[in-house]
Amino acid sequence: MSEKLAFLAHHQGDMVAVAVRDVAPGQAEYAYLDTEERTAIHVLEAIPLGHKVALHDIAEGTEVIEYGQRVGVTKAAIAAGAMVHVHNIRSTKWQVA
Amino acid sequence: MASSLTGFRRPDGRVGIRNHVIILAVDDLSNAAVEGIGRLVPAALAIPHSYGRLQFGEDLELTFRTLIGTGANPNVAAVVVVGIEPTWTDRVADGIAVTGKPVARLSIERVGDLNTIAEGARVAAQLVQDASEIQRVPVERHEVMMSIKCGESDTTSGLGACPTTSQAVDRTVAAKGTVLFGETTELTGGEHLIAERCIDDDVRARFQAFFDDYLQTIESQGVDLLGSQPTQGNIRGGLSTIEEKAMGNIAKTGTVPVVDALEPAVAPTRQGLNFMDTSSAAAECITLMAAAGAVIHLFPTGQGNIIGHPIEPVIKLTANPLTAATMAEHVDLDVSGLLSKEYTLAEAGDRLMEVIDRTINGRLTAAEAIGHQEFVITKLYRSA
Repeated sequence: MSEKLAFLAHHQGDMVAVAVRDVAPGQAEYAYLDTEERTAIHVLEAIPLGHKVALHDIAEGTEVIEYGQRVGVTKAAIAAGAMVHVHNIRSTKWQVA
Repeated sequence: MASSLTGFRRPDGRVGIRNHVIILAVDDLSNAAVEGIGRLVPAALAIPHSYGRLQFGEDLELTFRTLIGTGANPNVAAVVVVGIEPTWTDRVADGIAVTGKPVARLSIERVGDLNTIAEGARVAAQLVQDASEIQRVPVERHEVMMSIKCGESDTTSGLGACPTTSQAVDRTVAAKGTVLFGETTELTGGEHLIAERCIDDDVRARFQAFFDDYLQTIESQGVDLLGSQPTQGNIRGGLSTIEEKAMGNIAKTGTVPVVDALEPAVAPTRQGLNFMDTSSAAAECITLMAAAGAVIHLFPTGQGNIIGHPIEPVIKLTANPLTAATMAEHVDLDVSGLLSKEYTLAEAGDRLMEVIDRTINGRLTAAEAIGHQEFVITKLYRSA
């Protein structure tokens, strides 16, 4: 509990968590909304408040799970600790196959 | 607890939490007279708008429903209706008068703006004086119709402000209250979750038809929602896809069943959580919900939507600490402590209920204090 919490995830099994403050690269901790338990994560890049981090490696073309639901699909491989946003995920709607 | 709430009981039995006398324009041409009356009688609230001429079909019916519903809303004590000609003016005034509240009507043709303003000001002043004697009385929570809609959402909305709103929705419905939600297109990607919560196949079918029809309207323009959703504000706040935005949106709707699916600006008849087919644009959505009779609105925001409404107080809450710090004059409740786990969601819910109760009892919202009065009629298609 030495450092302030960096990320919050909605549900167990979610692939991403949201930065609850501006997070610098390096060691940080995330927690789930409904538990007190904290887990360490190595952050690869600066992640501003409100932006998402990948909790583990995600291959290209994988459905992204947040809120326990599908919220998009990766358009590039994403490493654990990297930022997840419009540059590497997209909607599953209205996409040409 | 419930006995500590007070409101204004109108002649039709419905309960309001404000006591406005409004000067309501039937059409765009009447705005100058409406605003002129408002300048002479500042205690009355002028409501001008941009439409009401040469509309037809469903679009015209929606405008009438919106205007009549606004005047009929129990936050309104009395109404001065002003239109360019008498027929449509009468239609709006007669529709409002069904509630039993005082309604005056003025039409401008064969009179002119200046005489209309003089006569309207005399009538409005009398109505304001009369309304000032209407007393607050004890009311029950279930009598205070609530609406919810979020805006300028970001990822903190889904983590904090929307789940806090959910607490208020569940508690209000548990008290046998009625809550409206809408934002048809912003359910995209999570519409199946709402469909699952509909109480029966009839409600589910009507909800799905509203949803499919709205998307078809957008696609009929040769575009898709991805051109506008998420918005640039959403993306700046960290939201990446329309599905992610929908999950945050739905996170404010509580856990209760969806008891009905309503046309825009139609008053609900079923107690509980009602879906209404609306735009996701804040002013359009809240205007429709107020026209359906909602008297208090909960508005979770992330990046800082600054919306208000002339007659329906809008309570804005945010979990984004940057928004709470930089836009404090717009924020009624800061729940950013949820992000750092300083308190629980139930405790955030308690704080919101306290703000709701104080607002019901007369405390002005941030938007009321600084004069945000957005009133926007939903236009379904161009006029003739």
